Amino acid sequence: MATAVAARGRVLDVCDVTVTFDGTTVLDRVSMTVAEGEVVALLGPSGSGKSTLLRVVVGLVVPDRGTVLVDGVDVTAWPTHRRRVGMVFQDEQLFPHRDVASNIGFGLKMAGLAAPARHRRVAELLDLVGLVGFEHRRVTDLSGGEAKRVALVRSLAPAPKVLLLDEPLTGLDRDLHERLIGEVAAVLRSTGTTAVWVTHDRAEADAVADRTVTLT
Amino acid sequence: MFLVAFYVAPFATLLARAVAVDEVRDVLGRRRTWEVAWFTTWQATASTALTLVVGLAPAYVLARFRFVGRRLLLGLLTAAFVLPTVVMGAAFSALLPDSLDRSIWAILGAHVVFNLAVVVRTVGAVWEHLPPDLEAAAATLGAPHWRVFREITLPLLRPALTAAGAIVFLFTFTSFGVIRILGTAGRPTLEVEIWRRATQLGEIGPAAVLALVQLAALGVVVGWSTYSQRRHSMALAMRPLATARHVFRRRERVLVGLTSIATAAVVTIPLLALVERSMRSDAGYSLRAWRSLGDTEVRRGISVSVDPLGTLSRSVETAAWATALAVTIGAVAALAIAAAGRLGRALDTGLMLPIGTSAVTIGFGMLITFDKQPVDWRAEWWIVPVGHALVAVPFVVRVTLGVLRALDPELSHAAATLGASPLQAWREVTLTHLWRPLVAGGGLAAAISLGEFGATSFLSRSGRETMPIAIERLLGRTGTLLQAQGYALAAILAAATIAIVLVVDVTGELGGDRGRRKGTRARRL
Repeated sequence: MATAVAARGRVLDVCDVTVTFDGTTVLDRVSMTVAEGEVVALLGPSGSGKSTLLRVVVGLVVPDRGTVLVDGVDVTAWPTHRRRVGMVFQDEQLFPHRDVASNIGFGLKMAGLAAPARHRRVAELLDLVGLVGFEHRRVTDLSGGEAKRVALVRSLAPAPKVLLLDEPLTGLDRDLHERLIGEVAAVLRSTGTTAVWVTHDRAEADAVADRTVTLT
Repeated sequence: MFLVAFYVAPFATLLARAVAVDEVRDVLGRRRTWEVAWFTTWQATASTALTLVVGLAPAYVLARFRFVGRRLLLGLLTAAFVLPTVVMGAAFSALLPDSLDRSIWAILGAHVVFNLAVVVRTVGAVWEHLPPDLEAAAATLGAPHWRVFREITLPLLRPALTAAGAIVFLFTFTSFGVIRILGTAGRPTLEVEIWRRATQLGEIGPAAVLALVQLAALGVVVGWSTYSQRRHSMALAMRPLATARHVFRRRERVLVGLTSIATAAVVTIPLLALVERSMRSDAGYSLRAWRSLGDTEVRRGISVSVDPLGTLSRSVETAAWATALAVTIGAVAALAIAAAGRLGRALDTGLMLPIGTSAVTIGFGMLITFDKQPVDWRAEWWIVPVGHALVAVPFVVRVTLGVLRALDPELSHAAATLGASPLQAWREVTLTHLWRPLVAGGGLAAAISLGEFGATSFLSRSGRETMPIAIERLLGRTGTLLQAQGYALAAILAAATIAIVLVVDVTGELGGDRGRRKGTRARRL
């Protein structure tokens, strides 16, 4: 499966992960390594277990076998909130009862950051994706592209060690899709984020990733 | 006409009796009034809070997981919800030791078991649609379980919790049967106090004032909950997500198992206690109480005024009349509402009024209206079935109207193009769809009538008691045999009610929303 590990430190190590649901093997001894600052595209047809692999890494699915290491520490038995692994969900999963600022600030609040610092950081992040002044919008009023951008910076806010993106650009029309590929890739580079980007679109994978891993 | 004669007129009488300024000043000036109002409010608040807390775990488990016994658990909760209030009171009286069975704990317990279904269904319906990934997203942002619950889940459930809380509060605020069985004379709710003043002390005026005080309080609660729900409702993307899934983690299995078992136990144990107590006698267990149900003679030569088996046949007879009346009136009303436009809506609202008024108020109003010539009908046998029908009609209308409104008008147009006259088309299209909701509505009406206690307390004459009245009397007597008979009657009534509701459920007209509502009524009576 994955090979070429750069000389930089390994941030994510997935070793021999096996997951079965109701007797069906979804992942069979899958291994993958991601180096610091690297953006890896995880490619594969639907049903190949891409999303399940992300869920194992983030701790939402417990593997039957295998381990997940973050920064060299075995986190397989850790709960999701302690892993410092961020995730951009396919359908954003913005909190509908909170405005844009308090969605983005949620992770910072959980980390115990005081309100003034949080507001500053939220403003910076909004600036990063060209949404200056959007703090008090309701997330239910955002357009598709705006919601994707908010979801991205919400996950980046608490500075996760690895960011997982689960088909982050689905459901957008073609023009917007093209534009956002460039934008999101640029944000990941400028923030030096280590990321795993799941997609079923090879062109998207080639455009954003340093390296592509295919799951079959 | 029916509505005007038996609802509007009594209500007007009630108003007229209460508006004497002196009377109002006198009643509101009494300390007792405020003590009663205070007890009514705080026991309702405590019951509501407790029900919400206890109901959260089963609501979560039932909304999020598919597991063996899930339907059974839901059925149990519904069964508890539709039980007559007197039966629930009797069950807790049977369950708790004598030192506790007239305590506030008995009342709270009965209220919680009764209303768990409201919380589980109302809150569960929203919980089912909350995407689990929303909570997962919060976890990936560093929120531990309790913070996910506090910051994400709870705020999103809030409108549902408010709605459920308001319903439970209304029910417990107007609690009558439970309090009559489990309360003490010193601690009545407003409903019980109205009944006591009117029938035990003959103070009609003060009782009428209290009825209006209660109505005003209920109005405030309804207004507040409507306002609050509107304010906090938000556009949740309510996709019909298949979020419920099978249990696969061990921790989840433990959670689901424990919650299900605890919930089932809370609901079934009081009912089992009912049966157990009906067979307990001074000399161990026996079926004596059951065998002697048809016998008014306690000992040779000594008889009691209540004939248990007689009340059973009287209840069945009353329920038959009440059902026939309610179905007839309900069907006509539903057809009229569906056919008429604006006027129909007014009639619709008018027919719902008896739901908003408590059964006690209805019974009280009828009692003081039909007490002089030429309308002195207090001793007529049919006054009780009429009272029951009044309480049941709104439910029949609801069920029937739902089906009528769902009928596609194009169907009768299609029939017309095929050569059917309007009457033929109506018979073909409307009538064929009417029987199912009417069967369901009739079942509801029968269940309501069998368990009706509030209005009956005012309208029933001695010698013509219905089962709930007899149960309350028997449980109030000393003597193990009489009490055991009371428990036996309560067990019969419980079984009958549950059986009827099961049959109604099978006809399928009460699924989902309407099912929830049905339960609602059956039990306030």
